[in-house]
Amino acid sequence: MYRNQYDSEIVTFSPTGRIHQVEYAMEAVKQGGSGVALKSNKFAVVVSLKRSSSELGSYQKKLFVVDDHIGILISGLTADARVLCNYMRNESANYKYVYESDIRVERLVTKVADKSQVHTQRYGRRPYGVGLLVAGYDQLGAHIFQTCPSGNFYDYKAISIGSRSQSAKTYLEKNFEGFATCTLEQLILHGLRALRETIPNNDTGLNSKNVSIGVVGENYPFTLIEEEATLPYLNMLESDEPVEMQVN
Amino acid sequence: MSFNQDYISHPVFGQVDYFNKKNHQQPNQHTPYYSVHNHHQTDAGKQKTLDPIVTGSSVIAIKYNGGIVMGTDMLCSYGSLARFNSVQRQKQVGTHTVIGVSGELSDFQSLSNTLDDLTTDDFCIDDGSKLSSQEIWNYIARLFYNSRNKGNPLWNTVVVAGNQNGKSFLGKVDLVGTCYQDDFIATGYGAHIALPLLRKEYDDNPNGLSQDQAVKLIQDCLRVLFYRDARSSKRIQVSVVDSNGVKISDPIELDTYNWHSGEAAVRTFQQVALGK
Amino acid sequence: MNVLKLTPFPTQDKEKPLNHGRFEPYVDNGGTVLSVAGKDYCVVAGDTRMSDGGYGIQTRKYTKIFQLTNKCVIATSGMQADTLALQKKLKVMLDHYQKENGKVMSTPAIAQFLSNTLYYKRFFPYYTFNLIAGIDEEGEGCIWTYDAVGSHEKVKYSSQGSGNQLVIPLLDNQVAKFNQLLPEGPKDVPLDQVVSFVKDAITSAGERDIYTGDYADIVVIDKHGVRWEKFELKLD
Repeated sequence: MYRNQYDSEIVTFSPTGRIHQVEYAMEAVKQGGSGVALKSNKFAVVVSLKRSSSELGSYQKKLFVVDDHIGILISGLTADARVLCNYMRNESANYKYVYESDIRVERLVTKVADKSQVHTQRYGRRPYGVGLLVAGYDQLGAHIFQTCPSGNFYDYKAISIGSRSQSAKTYLEKNFEGFATCTLEQLILHGLRALRETIPNNDTGLNSKNVSIGVVGENYPFTLIEEEATLPYLNMLESDEPVEMQVN
Repeated sequence: MSFNQDYISHPVFGQVDYFNKKNHQQPNQHTPYYSVHNHHQTDAGKQKTLDPIVTGSSVIAIKYNGGIVMGTDMLCSYGSLARFNSVQRQKQVGTHTVIGVSGELSDFQSLSNTLDDLTTDDFCIDDGSKLSSQEIWNYIARLFYNSRNKGNPLWNTVVVAGNQNGKSFLGKVDLVGTCYQDDFIATGYGAHIALPLLRKEYDDNPNGLSQDQAVKLIQDCLRVLFYRDARSSKRIQVSVVDSNGVKISDPIELDTYNWHSGEAAVRTFQQVALGK
Repeated sequence: MNVLKLTPFPTQDKEKPLNHGRFEPYVDNGGTVLSVAGKDYCVVAGDTRMSDGGYGIQTRKYTKIFQLTNKCVIATSGMQADTLALQKKLKVMLDHYQKENGKVMSTPAIAQFLSNTLYYKRFFPYYTFNLIAGIDEEGEGCIWTYDAVGSHEKVKYSSQGSGNQLVIPLLDNQVAKFNQLLPEGPKDVPLDQVVSFVKDAITSAGERDIYTGDYADIVVIDKHGVRWEKFELKLD
């Protein structure tokens, strides 16, 4: 591990104008298991590849319900993610209490970003080591946002995060133009195909144990599809495998 | 977001105050520079509206096909004195909501500031969506209920009217946080005098009212109120809120029976009663 | 000859200053709710009149029944603003419970939770009179009845609100079959009979209680979930 003179404090710029602690936190996001988020006009979908530390342990949950209209996929430090998830649940519940309506997804994401930003500027703080993909549906339609430890956030049509997410991104870039008019089923399959790209060749591939899917949309509260419920989609995925193999 | 303490006068000493526990722990104990000298144990530095001083009378509003018409007069009374004759008691909030307010004028002005803060923040988020009338109504209801919980009420009844996606919204909030929606609403004396008139017209038109009908109805109701509510005036404003947004009229002088001249009254009496 | 005596014009009593009323944080908006539990169902009724604390009606269509889960509703009379605050609080806490525990709170748990929630405000109470009605984990119909500060009891039937004195004897007689000349204990009654009985009960309350009327919500909770029905009462 190389040493760097300017990386020990969050409040210190390096001479090249960088804040190393923040960049390290951004690296933590890339260590997590991969996840993909994509949306059509009516739906936003997140799919995640869960990991387990050993045969003896369970798979680490990556999808969390924030509210009926918002769910998140996490990548990075799960413990930090739980803090942010609780914060989002709280903000969403507060908004509902005061206005009797669902908080706009972008407003909630902005709050998370503002909260994250504080941890990049105050002495004695540590940035959150987690990135979120936020899937939501509100009066402005379906949304996918990505948040970063740096306090930045981005609005996407489709995106992936986590380890080897670049290959999923490549798949999404090739196909995203068709997403807007996709049915829910097609959208989930696109998500799974993108996710499949992130798996190393010698691995077991996607199965009902390591995949979970989150869906939210018009008149469709955020729903998790896990375990056996993922099988129909995984089976559909298998049937189109030969075609995909040729493409690759 | 802070509204507050706006105003009022007579601290009621020696009476049991439900809420005076709070008053024993004023922040100024720790910041003596601000301290208001407090010889009494009740109603320390902070002032509350425990009794309205300058008050506006009724607000009335009714839904018609495509929108809502709301009417208020412009008088704010100091007890029985007609103190302020040209006060606007309706306020546009955001782009497609209007509120009409009865009760304490200073609390209304404080509420106005709070709502301006709210809608300014909403505007600044700039995400292509705006708070709906219903959200504003709910916000006011929580604000009023929380204030009453602190024993520091905003002494008003607020009627919220709006239009979103072609749908009309009409709701009411009072000083203890009671809130509901209905097709026609009246506050104060209006609830006694105007509400039956509104209900009759509404029920007599099962297919709904036109805008012209509704405006005329609201004006008629305000005229009737002027005749019997001693705290009302004939200087009024009528607002229309529909899918095009909010229009609050300029002040209108109601055409009423003329009793400035005794002679005219005698003439009318002769015409009507004696048939001359 | 009778001489008309002039009584002196009443003067303002100086001891009692002419107060337009000090701030009164409580209002009674009236209304009646009642519920009857069966073997595997629960029927709840509540009128929709909201009075202004006096003779006036504020609105004729404000429902007093609030669905908490698929197996549980809360029916409340008393002060509308407090009722709403209580409902909102319960809703937030139930959502929280569901996310933390991955399951919906059971009806008996909600019943205890409501008691705690009410007692928490023991010295500035919610002016609300509640019924919790639903089915428990075994699918059996169950009701809890409360006072404003959280005292509660599990019962088979109950009523709360301004018309409760009118309804309770009817329920004692027809549901519990108390003190009948022909001895006949309480028995399992089919759902549709209970629904029509409950409609009669709330109609009767509306007959004599000025704070009850306009419309009634009839809610049935059973293994299929929660079903709502609107029912007309007198508007006078």
